Amino acid sequence: MTIADVIVALESRFRILQKTEFRGETNLTLPLDQIEAVCRTCKEELGFNVLLDISSVDHFGEEPRFELVYELYTLNPGQPGLHLRLKTTVSEDNLEVPTVSHIWATANWHEREVYDMMGIQFANHPDLRRILMWDGYPFYPLRKDFPLEGKASEVPDVAFSRPAPLAGGPFVTVPTTAGTKDREPRARRPEDGESVPGGSD
Amino acid sequence: MAEVAPAAYDSKVEGNVIFSRLDACVNWMRKNSLWPMPMGLACCAIELMATASARFDIARFGAEVMRFSPRQSDVMIVAGTVTYKMALAVKRIYDQMPEPKWVIAMGACASSGGMYRSYAVLQGIDQLLPVDVYVSGCPPRPEALLEGLMKLQRKIDTERALADQKRELLEVFS
Repeated sequence: MTIADVIVALESRFRILQKTEFRGETNLTLPLDQIEAVCRTCKEELGFNVLLDISSVDHFGEEPRFELVYELYTLNPGQPGLHLRLKTTVSEDNLEVPTVSHIWATANWHEREVYDMMGIQFANHPDLRRILMWDGYPFYPLRKDFPLEGKASEVPDVAFSRPAPLAGGPFVTVPTTAGTKDREPRARRPEDGESVPGGSD
Repeated sequence: MAEVAPAAYDSKVEGNVIFSRLDACVNWMRKNSLWPMPMGLACCAIELMATASARFDIARFGAEVMRFSPRQSDVMIVAGTVTYKMALAVKRIYDQMPEPKWVIAMGACASSGGMYRSYAVLQGIDQLLPVDVYVSGCPPRPEALLEGLMKLQRKIDTERALADQKRELLEVFS
């Protein structure tokens, strides 16, 4: 089976919103209500026995705001592995997404991480607790509207957090042909913007 | 001219008696057998292990007994990035160490948060614990940690051990 056969098999049964290919990797964008059925078909009939990762993207200011990305892989001895990327969008108004943790057990922790960092809720997840931050932390830190320095929070006897002093940061590397000194300065004042001497943008 | 007998407490043991201040003796014993609590949290812990190993050999300074139980440790070496999630666990382990106790903040992260100006990282363990010695570096070389340890030994030498830590004992005698 090749990736083309996989796409044909999925297209005949499901509504695929968008199909793109980039550097030999196939991306399928699906409606949210089909993601669980497509994942089940991929696992049980098409041989995608490994879920490499689930990640989430925050398109802040757009609607729908969030995007979920599932990375699927076939891992069978003696056969070339196939890689398939499934994408779906999640609206901020309804953050509930069906879980795939009963299809791939590894999705349990991946979904906990997405929930912890982005606040997307997974319906019927067996154990939807935070995985990196502590229970009771009130924010979702990888959202675009969450400041890098963090916000103050306190859960008595568990943990607390305070905003970090950024002192003119964040010192983000910007794309440029200039030297290291310009690319990664010790400090960059906010009023200077993103412009870099010798920069290409 | 009358012969003056030499003053002697007990001439048989005279040569084996040293007069000193009790503080000086206590400090001397303490500083030369610092048992570290290796609070290894990140890559600094690798350098801490190197410091303990043969090439750098922290045993030369009497601190080779890495105790993984806080009950048996004297100095906590906070080696690595202290996240907020870990911070109160570090504090709890520190609280479990018996007095007298000292803290070495090893490396940029433990001292100030280092390069992690982030929502998840405590900006210096000194916000929770009283730090005695800060060791700079990312991570510090083993020599730097040993220098920090020697600095701590010099600091212990200046402490008024008895007056500060055995106040009740002094009250009994006085």
